[in-house]
Amino acid sequence: MSDKRTTVDDIVGELRSGMTIGIGGWGARRKPMAVVRALCRSDLLDLTVVAYGGPDVGLLCATGKVKKVVCPFVTLDSIALDPHWRAARQQGRVEVMEVDEGMFFLGLQAAAWRVPFLPTRAGLGSDVLTINPELRLVRSPYGAGSPYLHDPADADVELVAMPALHLDAAVVHTNRADTAGNGQILAPDPFFDPLFLGAADRRFLTTERTVDNGRLGDEGPLGTVVLHRLLTDGVAETPGGAHFTANPPDYDRDESLQKEYAASAGDPDAWEAFAARYVHVSEDEYRAHVTERTERAAR
Amino acid sequence: MTATRPDRPDLPCTRAESCVVACAEAWRGAGEVMASPFGTIPSLGARLAKLTFAPDLVLTDGEAALMVGALPIESRAADLVREAAMPYRTVFDVVWSGRRHIMMMASQIDRTGNQNLSAIGPHHQPKVQLIGVRGAPGNSVNHPTSYWVPDHSVRTFVEHVDVVSGVGYGRALAAGSGATRFHDVRRVVSNLGVFDFETPEHIMRLRSYHPGVAVGDIVAATSFSLVIPDDVAETRLPTPEELDLLRTVLDPGARRDRDIRS
Repeated sequence: MSDKRTTVDDIVGELRSGMTIGIGGWGARRKPMAVVRALCRSDLLDLTVVAYGGPDVGLLCATGKVKKVVCPFVTLDSIALDPHWRAARQQGRVEVMEVDEGMFFLGLQAAAWRVPFLPTRAGLGSDVLTINPELRLVRSPYGAGSPYLHDPADADVELVAMPALHLDAAVVHTNRADTAGNGQILAPDPFFDPLFLGAADRRFLTTERTVDNGRLGDEGPLGTVVLHRLLTDGVAETPGGAHFTANPPDYDRDESLQKEYAASAGDPDAWEAFAARYVHVSEDEYRAHVTERTERAAR
Repeated sequence: MTATRPDRPDLPCTRAESCVVACAEAWRGAGEVMASPFGTIPSLGARLAKLTFAPDLVLTDGEAALMVGALPIESRAADLVREAAMPYRTVFDVVWSGRRHIMMMASQIDRTGNQNLSAIGPHHQPKVQLIGVRGAPGNSVNHPTSYWVPDHSVRTFVEHVDVVSGVGYGRALAAGSGATRFHDVRRVVSNLGVFDFETPEHIMRLRSYHPGVAVGDIVAATSFSLVIPDDVAETRLPTPEELDLLRTVLDPGARRDRDIRS
């Protein structure tokens, strides 16, 4: 059995400018922030980021890495909107493919299932179809008289054909993983992480702690191992790798640091100070700065 | 008890409490569906409905589970009793099955019920970027959808919204049977009144005005012309039982009054 252990730097080393990269998690919850920070420090450019957006999107926009974002929203949860995202949009610095949350899910699902699209009502009648003029409708082939027509209203019905959201690479963060590439999410919601991995050519986990293959059952019920090794190419152990987003049960969101991040959007000096301490530093330095900050606040 | 409305000592409730009752009414008769309220006032409304006239409503913990009963708005996570798992991916099983009635917020809403959560100004470079369309397009064509607008004004009740996120009646009709089959924009509740689309052409109608609000105030705060029935009524007052539940059980810290002042 292959040992899939790798490092955050090696993951980012496999990525190239112009790639389409899926980032797991949801809003400011269980985002693979160690990889996001490494992307911000890298020389990569013109990325297309596909995400249920949170500070991953905001940070990558703020550091000029992003050409386009595919998302249904960008939020920090406890702060409704990421001000770095707001600034990038209002200054016209990024393109966006904005779709309904369910359309987004179906796009990942279609890519994971290797079909070009999946049909849905979601999007019909909305401006999602006008702001994304290349989206197409599909007509049901089951008309009146078909033995497969259940609801007469569905005869020849036109639905949105949500295109597959194919990813060059995907990164998700887990509570635990094993050396073979199985991933365990101990929080109650795996979000859409299995689909991000399924939709991607290169599939990476980062994790709080790596255990030997076969030992994830010691960490929690096997039902929490929702990412199996057929979905993964590499696993990087990086404690605190989702910080400052929420990663229960390992840690909650660092609301104080998130506030500082959000507040830095309106002020170039504040952003420079924030980036110098929490972005343009190694992960070890990042953790040291966070510890220092927490201790300072406690004094 | 001291008067809750200095301007209207005859009223037993605050404006926020009228709004909560108006939101609760949106779920009357809903049966066993998921109620998905956004914002403090709709959340209190859904809980109040569940504790009184809509006991079969299904509420989530705001995270990844369905919760038993209807706990106070400021409950700690440890106090919640959960009855089933409901991670985000399975929410779409509920949305697309139609067993849900959501009450979303609206940054803008127009006369046929189009809602905007995405952006003010041109979408390619907005004047103001909002949160994004979220699930509004899919929600509005799959199950009953209502809206809560805490700041009724000519800037929120507009002739045409800038980015149609939640789909209104005219747009659904133009999109065909795929959109109209399950489309049902039920109510709009604002800090001034309650609105529906129960008119021949599904134009927004004033259903009731909240106690202490004049119909003229609502007309002046709305950019388009509303249908106003001759016999339009005042939003019903909370019952003594409802007021007691709200004040002593669901929201003893009066968070509702921080959202909407009398």
